Amino acid sequence: MPAQQEFTGAEIVVKCLQEEGIEHVFGYPGGAVLYIYDALFNQDKVKHILVRHEQAAVHAADAYSRSSEKIGVALVTSGPGLTNAVTGIATAYMDSIPMVVLSGQVPTHAIGLDAFQECDTVGITRPIVKHNFLVKDVKDLAATIKKAFYIAKTGRPGPVLVDIPKDVTAKKTIFAYPADVDMRSYKPVVKGHTGQIKKAVQMILGAKRPMIYTGGGVILANASKELTQFVDKLGYPCTNTLMGLGAYKATDKKFVGMPGMHGTYEANHAMQNCDVLVAIGARFDDRVIGNPADFARHQRQIIHIDVDPSSISKRVKVDVPIVGDVKDVLIEMLKLIDADAAKPDAKALADWWKQIEEWRSKDCLQYDRKSDKIKPQFVVEKLWEITKGDAFVTSDVGQHQMWAAQFYKFDAPRRWINSGGLGTMGFGLPAAMGVQMVHPDATVACITGEASIQMCIQELSTCKQYRLPVKVLNLNNGYLGMVRQWQQIEYGSRYSESYVDALPDFVKLAEAYGHVGMQITKPSDVEGAIREAIKLKDRCVFMDFLTDPKENVWPMVQAGKGLTSMLLSSEEL
Amino acid sequence: MRHIISILLENEAGALSRVSGLFSARGYNIETLTVAPTEDPSLSRMTIVTIGSEDVIEQITKHLNRLIEVVKVVDLSEGAHIERELMLVKVRATGKERDEMKRMAEIFRGRIIDVTDKTYTIELTGDVAKLDAFIEAIDRALILETVRTGVSGIGRGERVLKV
Repeated sequence: MPAQQEFTGAEIVVKCLQEEGIEHVFGYPGGAVLYIYDALFNQDKVKHILVRHEQAAVHAADAYSRSSEKIGVALVTSGPGLTNAVTGIATAYMDSIPMVVLSGQVPTHAIGLDAFQECDTVGITRPIVKHNFLVKDVKDLAATIKKAFYIAKTGRPGPVLVDIPKDVTAKKTIFAYPADVDMRSYKPVVKGHTGQIKKAVQMILGAKRPMIYTGGGVILANASKELTQFVDKLGYPCTNTLMGLGAYKATDKKFVGMPGMHGTYEANHAMQNCDVLVAIGARFDDRVIGNPADFARHQRQIIHIDVDPSSISKRVKVDVPIVGDVKDVLIEMLKLIDADAAKPDAKALADWWKQIEEWRSKDCLQYDRKSDKIKPQFVVEKLWEITKGDAFVTSDVGQHQMWAAQFYKFDAPRRWINSGGLGTMGFGLPAAMGVQMVHPDATVACITGEASIQMCIQELSTCKQYRLPVKVLNLNNGYLGMVRQWQQIEYGSRYSESYVDALPDFVKLAEAYGHVGMQITKPSDVEGAIREAIKLKDRCVFMDFLTDPKENVWPMVQAGKGLTSMLLSSEEL
Repeated sequence: MRHIISILLENEAGALSRVSGLFSARGYNIETLTVAPTEDPSLSRMTIVTIGSEDVIEQITKHLNRLIEVVKVVDLSEGAHIERELMLVKVRATGKERDEMKRMAEIFRGRIIDVTDKTYTIELTGDVAKLDAFIEAIDRALILETVRTGVSGIGRGERVLKV
């Protein structure tokens, strides 16, 4: 019998990626991963994208996952490579994004000796990953990587890290990629409890003032189609959280806007005044429910469908918990609704809609359209019109993020890419790169601000290298806008360190990186600039919009206040 | 409320820190924690004594179950169970106190497992209250050192925690 061919650990890493069908890896080389880079060099199935900072590699891999059903992969070296990646990993973890991070480690014999570029990667990342591994034997490498991908994408998804010492990548063994994974300690629940589902359906059909509240879980479970059928069949109002936008069509009348701190008046009032609240893949985040005591004071029955039992009854008491895959549970519910003789109470529903329309008539997202300054909301609205709502939109964190969420009406899932849980400034541009890699022909817009963009601006260089035609819309108000807004409202207008002095000339900066730069100062030029930028199909364009520095995000529920204690405009201050 | 949580987990490097890290990260309290391999060396059995409201305990068990290396979690205090802790106490034992200390150890069904002309080391097993009672019963000034293992627990009767 001929001896089986042996491969180095590095070659095995690359073979595993090929087996998983991975086409792109975002990374940055360094000492501990040189064997892996050498193995990448010798093949052409897995394409490597060289970023300019490891944080960007992880954000790009994360957005790659968010905008598709594929898995993003990041590759970083030991020590500083890994610590730079930490923000990106935590970002993905908070939003439950499936992703695999491969990190180099010093050789096994050097671990624990404070070697050059050594850090306790498994220890540092433990609280911000779904799971992590340190591979000490090349014989375990393939099976560990298989497990990493399996864990990342099943159950409640999340980032998984595999730490690989340098000597493990040099040693040789035979390669066998396991066909499947069987772990006695990890068996995610998929099917919801039939009895609970029945009980929930009866409650839903008997509701007089129903409300469907959905989050990122619907998008992660690819259950947008089922959710749409569910909402349309029932004719009930629906709200999507910041993480859930696009799961139900934002242009449909049944969509009442986003809930929460900067949610719509109608969404927040419906959340509080409904009699049956159906929470689907949403986690009652503190930014969504406002003051939890106030939230609980409103009497309503709550059904909560989530794949992660620890999300249920964490902040809010739930009447009917259903643990299971959201898509699977919705399919079961749709069947039961069809089979049930009971139909929603049409009279009660009409009254409820009348009430909602009354709330909606407040027109809580109005802004001054006659201003001679560029209103940031106007820029987002124009982007939506011009792209016909069909662009992929990434954002950073702050006011521009909220305006993007409020004014770009997402009609499809995985189009809105933002750091909702961790709130990571610097996410937008590298995220746009990840999206553009997986959707090369799509319009990818990064809505950002002059503060956020500077946290990862070096990635304009990556955009150039890979000819990524990302459109950056910089809503430049000269302030850390959301900080300034809070200081105005909560801290007596003492604008401590929230003014960004000495901004670069963004047009020249874009040009220096080899891109097209534009500065837009008048409302009348907004539409033309966006149209021109989109026409430049294969160029990255940086649009610097000088916007009204004093504009605030409305409505706003102040921290600690109940969900319906909403400020609607500056006049209420 | 005091709860005794029993965990079966993979006997792998780092598994303990995942559990202890979970408690510190989420602000849960650990009174005692004991861990050792089971008859199947690929599995460890851990007993954690914690204090929290019903809601908190529910979250603790859910989060423990979420850890990839955790195979099973049971709140032992939900049913009939036995708990035991081992304590080693080194005491000064000279003069008339030498006999008195021996008598106290016998009353508490302890065993003297090391003897010098000035000290006894007493081994005592029991629930937490019994060990506390022994400490209370002897003269504090005579205690040189105490070591306690923390609580180990097991369900009564047919109730077993096994893979």
